[in-house]
Amino acid sequence: MTLKEVQELLEAHVLCGNDECLERGVRVCFACDLISEMLLYLKPHSLLITSLTNAHVIHAAQVMDAKAVLFVGGRRPDESVVRSGELNKIPLLTTALLTFDCCGRLYEKGIRGDKQ
Amino acid sequence: MVDSLAYTPQITLEFEIGEKDFFVAGECASRVKKTLQQLGLKQDIIKRIAIIIYEAAMNVAIHATSGRLVVHVEPDGITIRTEDVGAGIEDINLAMKEGYSTASYEIREMGFGAGMGLSNIKQCSDDLNIESRVGVGTTLNARVFFKDERRHEDA
Repeated sequence: MTLKEVQELLEAHVLCGNDECLERGVRVCFACDLISEMLLYLKPHSLLITSLTNAHVIHAAQVMDAKAVLFVGGRRPDESVVRSGELNKIPLLTTALLTFDCCGRLYEKGIRGDKQ
Repeated sequence: MVDSLAYTPQITLEFEIGEKDFFVAGECASRVKKTLQQLGLKQDIIKRIAIIIYEAAMNVAIHATSGRLVVHVEPDGITIRTEDVGAGIEDINLAMKEGYSTASYEIREMGFGAGMGLSNIKQCSDDLNIESRVGVGTTLNARVFFKDERRHEDA
């Protein structure tokens, strides 16, 4: 599914990323709140779901070639973090839903973790 | 994409890391990644190097009062070295154990401090050496080799 479809499915708001970026397809998703775990397990082209909103998330997503980042629980990163997402061409989205519901809705639509 | 850099000039990248300079680690990893991509190295090797740099630089920022990170690109592989002045490590074997951490709540809140740093570095390195003196500081040397077969082919 495309990021645009993910946005609609998870009632998310786009913090950065133009229409072209939102046409990117997503097949794999990874959810966690530990940077070291992101570095260890985050596979290229994954959608990263997290409740962390600091600059490390963008660095980790950039280093690991994540496709986009979704912040859960209505969390919004600072403007500097959003700018960093823009600069690194990583679309950032935020939703009021929590991690479990995001993952559940995505799983229902056929999105899987990397190990499946 | 190549495994080795037999015909590429050797490169050294250096970064200063201050006490609690938490966000410099990601910047180091990100910048080295971009440089290595320009050199045309394979993605999996670049990832391993970026992870080592991220975790090693973060350790310096968290635990030391000052330090630096040096990345050497050589024909047969890459060396990542951190040298710091700081608390040092009392028991290196214990520190290497996944889950062991002395990091503060502030660090944990940031998404680090789960005791995965050194074990992540070990997993990504072909060779790892850590020397530390309590109250003095720590030196970490990690090496990632390019694939042997290619290295010999290109030599």
